[in-house]
Amino acid sequence: MIDSSLRALSDKLAAREISSVELTRAYLARIDAHNAAVNAYITVDPEASLAQAEAADKRIAKGEAQPLTGIPIAHKDIWCARDWRTTCGSRMLENFRAPYDAHVIQRFNDSGAVNLGKTNMDEFAMGSSNETSWFGPVRNPWDQQRVPGGSSGGSAAAVAAAMAPAATGTDTGGSIRQPASLCGISGLKPTYGLVSRYGMIAFASSLDQGGPLARSAEDLALLLDVMVGFDPRDSTSLERPEEDYSRMLDAPLSGLRIGLPREYFSEGISDEVRAAVETAIGEYRKLGATTVEVGLPASELSVPAYYVIAPAEASSNLSRYDGVRYGFRAEEYTDLLDMYCKTRAQGFGAEVKRRILIGTYVLSHGYYDAYYLKAQKIRRLIARDFAQAFEQCDVIMSPTSPSTAFGIGDRTTDPVQMYLSDIFTIAANLAGLPGMSIPCGIDSAGLPIGLQLIGNYFSEARMLNAAHLFQTNTDWHTRKSPVAAS
Amino acid sequence: MDWEIVIGLETHAQLSTRSKIFSGASTDFGSTPNTQACAVDIALPGVLPVLNVDAVDKAVRFGIAVGATVNRRSVFARKNYFYPDLPKGYQISQFEIPVVEGGQLVIQTGGVEKTVHLTRAHLEEDAGKSLHEDYQGMTGIDLNRAGTPLLEIVTEPDMRSAEEAVEYAKTLHALVRWIDICDGNMQEGSFRCDANVSVRKKGSDQLGTRREIKNLNSFRFLQQAIEYEAQWQIEQIEDGGRIVQATVLFDPDSGQTRLMRTKEDAHDYRYFPDPDLLPLEIDDAWLERTRQNMPELPVARRQRYQTELGLSDQDAVLLVSDRDTADYFEATLSKVEGNDRRAAAKLTANWINGELAAALNRAELELQASPVSAAALAGLVSRVIDKTLSSKLAKDVFEGLWKGEGSADEIIDKRGLRQISDSGAIEKLVDDVIAANEQQVADYLGGKQKAFNALVGQVMKASKGKANPAQVNQILKQKLDKS
Amino acid sequence: MLARIEITEAESQQTLEQLSGVFGLIEKMQAIDTTDVAPMAHAQDVVARLRPDAVTESDQKELFQSVAPAVEDGLYLVPRVIE
Repeated sequence: MIDSSLRALSDKLAAREISSVELTRAYLARIDAHNAAVNAYITVDPEASLAQAEAADKRIAKGEAQPLTGIPIAHKDIWCARDWRTTCGSRMLENFRAPYDAHVIQRFNDSGAVNLGKTNMDEFAMGSSNETSWFGPVRNPWDQQRVPGGSSGGSAAAVAAAMAPAATGTDTGGSIRQPASLCGISGLKPTYGLVSRYGMIAFASSLDQGGPLARSAEDLALLLDVMVGFDPRDSTSLERPEEDYSRMLDAPLSGLRIGLPREYFSEGISDEVRAAVETAIGEYRKLGATTVEVGLPASELSVPAYYVIAPAEASSNLSRYDGVRYGFRAEEYTDLLDMYCKTRAQGFGAEVKRRILIGTYVLSHGYYDAYYLKAQKIRRLIARDFAQAFEQCDVIMSPTSPSTAFGIGDRTTDPVQMYLSDIFTIAANLAGLPGMSIPCGIDSAGLPIGLQLIGNYFSEARMLNAAHLFQTNTDWHTRKSPVAAS
Repeated sequence: MDWEIVIGLETHAQLSTRSKIFSGASTDFGSTPNTQACAVDIALPGVLPVLNVDAVDKAVRFGIAVGATVNRRSVFARKNYFYPDLPKGYQISQFEIPVVEGGQLVIQTGGVEKTVHLTRAHLEEDAGKSLHEDYQGMTGIDLNRAGTPLLEIVTEPDMRSAEEAVEYAKTLHALVRWIDICDGNMQEGSFRCDANVSVRKKGSDQLGTRREIKNLNSFRFLQQAIEYEAQWQIEQIEDGGRIVQATVLFDPDSGQTRLMRTKEDAHDYRYFPDPDLLPLEIDDAWLERTRQNMPELPVARRQRYQTELGLSDQDAVLLVSDRDTADYFEATLSKVEGNDRRAAAKLTANWINGELAAALNRAELELQASPVSAAALAGLVSRVIDKTLSSKLAKDVFEGLWKGEGSADEIIDKRGLRQISDSGAIEKLVDDVIAANEQQVADYLGGKQKAFNALVGQVMKASKGKANPAQVNQILKQKLDKS
Repeated sequence: MLARIEITEAESQQTLEQLSGVFGLIEKMQAIDTTDVAPMAHAQDVVARLRPDAVTESDQKELFQSVAPAVEDGLYLVPRVIE
């Protein structure tokens, strides 16, 4: 059961071979057995989940099921959900119960899916290793001394450990793709504007985008169908004709032009990662695709530009956490100023504080032009690079991450080191382009390697097609982590 | 030393939309605290702003009304600072590219017209309210007002006296109510002024250092505050001191301004374009529609009343202080009989600005709720013009109209107030009075003018006030001089 | 303290060291010429969507204030603000 694709599960539910209650119980049992070790979940509420499962079963019995009705889905703890705690991985919101549902949560509820629980994440989505969470680090199900990646580390680990058939995450600089890569699963960040940000706790507004994590491209497509959709409560939400993201999964691949950015295959990538990715590309050639080298010259500025824009927007977005209307408030303080300062000093972790300070600085008087404005200009150059590249190719491929999962604690002292793990994923966020990661190998230490696909705006269906055909002809995505196998 | 005072005004006008600028909560005033603050207004995690079309429309209307440039593309920016009544820790405002730029307002002081130039007007959201009543030494925050749309209107430093500043504020106040973008209720905080004041030696073209007086919510306070501040600055400089740029508050009880914070303490707002909002685009069709629907503006009306109808500037200014009054005036005037339009206009204006205004004031009624309709008043004015009614008795008729006793004519007939203008009837009255008041007559003929007035008084009394006074005077004098 | 976060002397030192590394990274941006480049805030060249002026929210004070740290008489309480 836990090996089934979402579609197969859906069929089984429809055929009444299993019930949603049974399915949900099975996953709850696995969470119970493994969460102490993996720490993928912050909140689990069996009563609430089973209540939804029961309702789903009724709906299925009436013949009113949708593809995801009755399927348990784990949600990154960044989505506000009524009747659930939403912590964002932070002490600041440790006991926060959102009085409303995020648009995406509403869509999942409407589709009849079951909320399996809220997954662990880097605090306020700031991180690439899920080590900054107030609720403790998440451990990679492939090697528990190692990080799962971040910031959607909990979601990725949950899927990789078979503690959830699928999950949602968010991606601001690679936070879906990089953990998917490090955990050997598939993840997708849609074109900016397709998935509503209403109810998704904001980190960097112009970069954040919610997306699915699952064990296959096929599964991602079904999740995307539910997640994508115009929301009038989000001014950056795009109004577009509805798409069936599974519609071209099996389309033949021949003629697909794959762009390989020379800047993404330079030094700094581990040999095994390089080898696996090159083999994967070889597989695509066998399937009829052609490859062409493309240039993305502004790439090397993506990390600095990102580390100006994201902290700047974040520093402003996080100003609302002041202990006045909700969330953590320091216990002792002398006056208003002291209350603000202590609440925020105690409520936020070190990485969050660091980024707020950076953000405050780059926006401050006299620095705006040199930093923020400059970064926004570089952003346009990066978008232009991609536009030019997409004249020569249909999809760009590269490693998702320069290395496989690193050890817990290895990179926490030098933030720059940590920031550089996002080097391949960040550009897609800056340009607003869709990006995916799918498993393409396992290294000699038994750690998964991810292949990144970057598509042109709104080309998700085509990207899923390319990923699906790869997954039909290889089996990396079926490999199980030791936790999943147990 | 001859000093010149230089004043610029920043006005925050609350736009009279039904819902807030970035959320669908109500903007009604005076509700129980925090019952009109929705998720977006209290800045819960994950919420986002969505722009209200009517707030934009009102801003466009203002831009067109003052002859400004309405920017086709403008940008919302975050103004970052911490304060408990600012839930997000930033205010959504406009910085580099506001929706309206330039524009002007013509004001009139002492019969002289002056143009005050506007720098810009931009959209932003209002903050909540802090209540400092004692909650065990804590302050209470009400967020009902948070998110109410504001139009911040900024002038060039064109004004040279407190009078001019107040006149500008009054003219702007009348305009925003005239074009129906703001209710102008200053007690409720719908219209708030900040004054930037500096002084310099007459003839200098350098601007002195200015201090900003914040949150003046009455014309009287505006005047007092500016006068005090200007005087204070002059004294400082004459004593050898320097003015330091600062923000000050006006204390109505003491009539003084006091320091709130200096420029050094000033916030660094770290403005940047709000990534949750996209650039605002206003197309030509929108501008054209607004121009078509623009009513005749107060300045144009005032000028028309002065030139075409010959009204004095005082009368005209009062009539255009709001649209209802001006409309009422024209409605009344259109029904007043008689060929002399200027006389009719003058009289109508007097009645509206005088008796009617006083009566409405006493009864605490708005013109909309006046028991005396334009038609009814016109009936009254017509009878005064054709001398059916003396001015004195007209006041009684007005009272009758107010109480709903009927039309002017009906009241006149019912109470028998028709003015006696028939010379025959007056002659008889005069003869009777002369006969009955031999001593007065003798006194008058002996040179005592007072006696004449007394005789007039007697005639009026005998006629129960209905005799036409001018005719009484004339006939009495005639008869006495003849005798 | 623009960010309203209290940091200790020790934290301050460590933060400074870490930040200088980040700023070194950011300085790299100055190497490229962007004179004629327009800044990009959003990928798609879309403009603001406008919503109709209607009251769509009802009074949810009880619900919203159920998560507040300090409330009295329906007001959020904070240490006295001195103007």
